[in-house]
Formats: sequence, structure tokens, C-alpha cells
Amino acid sequence: MARADAGTRARSLLVAVVLGHVLLVSAQVATPAGPSLLRTTAVAVVTEFQEASWVVAGAVQSIWEGYAALRGAHAESARLTGENADLRVQLQQARAEAAAAGQLRALLELSPRLPWRTTGAEVVAGSLSPDYRTITIDKGLRDGVLRDMPVMSAAGVLGRVALPAGDTATVQLIIDRSAAVAVRTERTRSEGIALGNGDDTLRLEYLSATADLAEGDTVVTAGIDGVYPAGLAVGRVERVERSGTAYRRVTVRPFADFSRLETVLVLIGPAPVWVPPPAAPAGKVDR
Amino acid sequence: MKALSLAALVFGAVLVQSALSRSGMGDLVLVAVVAVGLLQGRVAGLLTGTAAGLLQDALGGGMIGLSGLGKSVAGYLAGVAGTQFIVTQWMSRGSLFLGASALNSACFVGLSMLLGLRRYASPLREIATQAVVNAAAGVLLFYAIEALPVARERWNAVLDRRRKRRYH
Repeated sequence: MARADAGTRARSLLVAVVLGHVLLVSAQVATPAGPSLLRTTAVAVVTEFQEASWVVAGAVQSIWEGYAALRGAHAESARLTGENADLRVQLQQARAEAAAAGQLRALLELSPRLPWRTTGAEVVAGSLSPDYRTITIDKGLRDGVLRDMPVMSAAGVLGRVALPAGDTATVQLIIDRSAAVAVRTERTRSEGIALGNGDDTLRLEYLSATADLAEGDTVVTAGIDGVYPAGLAVGRVERVERSGTAYRRVTVRPFADFSRLETVLVLIGPAPVWVPPPAAPAGKVDR
Repeated sequence: MKALSLAALVFGAVLVQSALSRSGMGDLVLVAVVAVGLLQGRVAGLLTGTAAGLLQDALGGGMIGLSGLGKSVAGYLAGVAGTQFIVTQWMSRGSLFLGASALNSACFVGLSMLLGLRRYASPLREIATQAVVNAAAGVLLFYAIEALPVARERWNAVLDRRRKRRYH
């Protein structure tokens, strides 16, 4: 008798839990609001522990790497890597500006392209489930990191800030299945949308039937999705499958190596425009 | 005490998953949930699955409840299987992890597609891949769980022998 009661209780609990989940999901579908208090609190609390476990995992990896490397050389390498990252971002900016200027020179209504202000951040955790491709970085709202800010590495675009918390932020990688980036090819300026495949590749969709694509083409951000500025390197076209004249499947291999992310850059906004200081009035001399 | 141990186990699985999951393959949290269901029964499996799934959703930036649903049902069914069948051989354990993982992935993928949140080029392949990886991880986890007491006994025996040698 008691066993039958326990069985009924367990089944009732299962029905209640399933119903609760369905209601929870339905409520979010109806009101796609910003991050909830539950989520923000969970992120803030768990990230502290995640950071610790990430540090432990990183320490183990570091000991393994340090086996062959000298400590001084390692520190120097880290400094140079950071410097290299900055320079490569600047190079991407310059390439983007040069490519755009070549096409738009004839048009006088050229909008000025501003360089970006960036802040460096360290990756403190990976994704909690294979269904989500995210990372957690050690910069958050208190550092000026807001939702939808682009995140990149020296190699190219990584993703966007999806969930900023106080001192950390969850970044949705471009390879996540629900991520999308408006892109164009550098060679022919053919535009499309790069969607994450969940593995380490992207697929190009919404391409024009007349688009000219070839394997090896460099893909950059188009700057029309309201998240990523134009000209950031995304990846290279790895495979083009056609059926007739239409593109059936175009696979892009991102430049960034998502399995070895340690330091990233968050684009926190355009750099302030330099304004020349006012000229000193005639007759006055600085002492 | 039992609830605390289960919470610690799930939390530990979450931390290990986030520290090691750079390839995007395998769901250690699901493996932990199924193991709890198998060892502790359906209610423990159900509640552990709910807590773990909600935590994953909250921290992953996705819709809350999407992972929780599949994990709750998987944990519950693992508990039912643990009480109804003898699940001690690696084949039966592997099959259980395979089924639970396939169910969990099917729930997540199905709901995601239904709500238009994600697009899958080949959903069945995705479900099958996750199921195989998780089944392998689950079988290994049980080997480790069962090997631990044996290893401890052996180690204690070695220590006893050393002590005896010292005294004689």
C-alpha cells in the first residue's frame, strides 16, 4: 500500500515538474524580456565557483605546458600575444577601412568609420552544456560591458555578450546554434548570414543566387546586423555545395580557435573623436 | 544530508563540465543526473535533473526550462529503470545512458526547433552523437565509482602489509 502511494506521489511529482517546465518555457516565449533576476543572480553566484574551477583546470594545463617552457619566456610570450592581438585588431580595422574606401570613394556621402575602444578580458569558464556554445569572461557591467557588445580574439570575431552580470559576462559564440552574423565575402562583397552549426563551423545562408563564392574566400562582418561593426574577420569559406545555380550548403571555418580561448577583446564602443585643443587667444603666452 | 550530497554532485558536474567542455561534446551533467537516478531512485533523479537543467539554462543564456525538461524526465526514467531492471552490466548501463541521453537531446532539439530558437542541419545525427558520447562517459563513470572501493581496499592492504613489516 505504502509502495503504491510512493509510486503515485512520484508520478504526480513528475507531472508537476514537466508541467512547470512547459509553463516556464511558454511564459518566456510570450514575453521575451531581458535577463531575469533569477538568471542574473544564478550567474553572479555560480560564476565565482566556475572561475575557481577554471583556474584549477588552467593551472593543471599550465603546469603541463610549463614542463617544457621557461617561466620568463612564458610571461614575455603572454605580453607579446596581447600586443599582437591589439595590432591584429588594428590591422583588421585598417583593412576594413581600406576595402570600404575603395568602393565608396566615388560616393561623397561616406560616413566616417571610427576605430573601436576595446577592453581585454580573460575567459574564466566554458559552456555548461554541449547545447550552448558560450564562454564566461571576467568583465561585466561594472567594467562597461553591456549586452550585444561584440567580442573578438586576435584571429577574428568570437561572438557577442549575451548576459552581462556584475563582474562577469556570458558570451554567446558565433558557432552557437542560435547565433547569427551578417557577413560578406571580402573578394566579391556577396552578403549573407552566417549561422552557427554547434560544432566549430558556420554555414552561410540567405545568399543571393547570383552571389559569387569560392572555397578559400575570406568572410568578414557586413556591419548591418546592429551588433558587429563592418570588416571584422570571421572565417574562410571551406566548402561550397551547389544544386544547379543555387547554393545548397556553404560551410565557413572561423579564424578563431574556440577550443583554446584564454584572452578576448570586447568592443565597448567607438573611440572618442580627437578634438584639437582651442588655439590660445592672440597676445596671450603660456608661462 | 542526502540532498546535500546530490546537490554537491550536480554542482561538481556543472563545474567540471564548464572547466573541460571546450569541444562542445558530452554532457557530464546529464551523466551525473542519470547516475543519481540509477543509484538513488526516480524522485532523486527527477529533482536532480530539474535543478541541473535549470542551472544549465540560467547560466547558458538560453530559454530557462529547455534543458530542465529533458533532464528531469531522463533522471526520473533512469530511476524507474534502476528499480525495475537489473542494471549492472556495462551493456545495460550503456543502453540506459544511451536512451536517457537520446531522450534528453530529443527534448532539447525538438523544443528548440518547435520554438524556432535553433536550426539543426541533421537533428538525428546530433541526438545520436550526444547519446553515444554520454553513454561512453556514463559507463566509464560507473567503472570509476565501482573501482574506487576496490582500489581503497587494495591501498589499505598495502599499508597494512607495510605496517606489519615495520613491527616485525
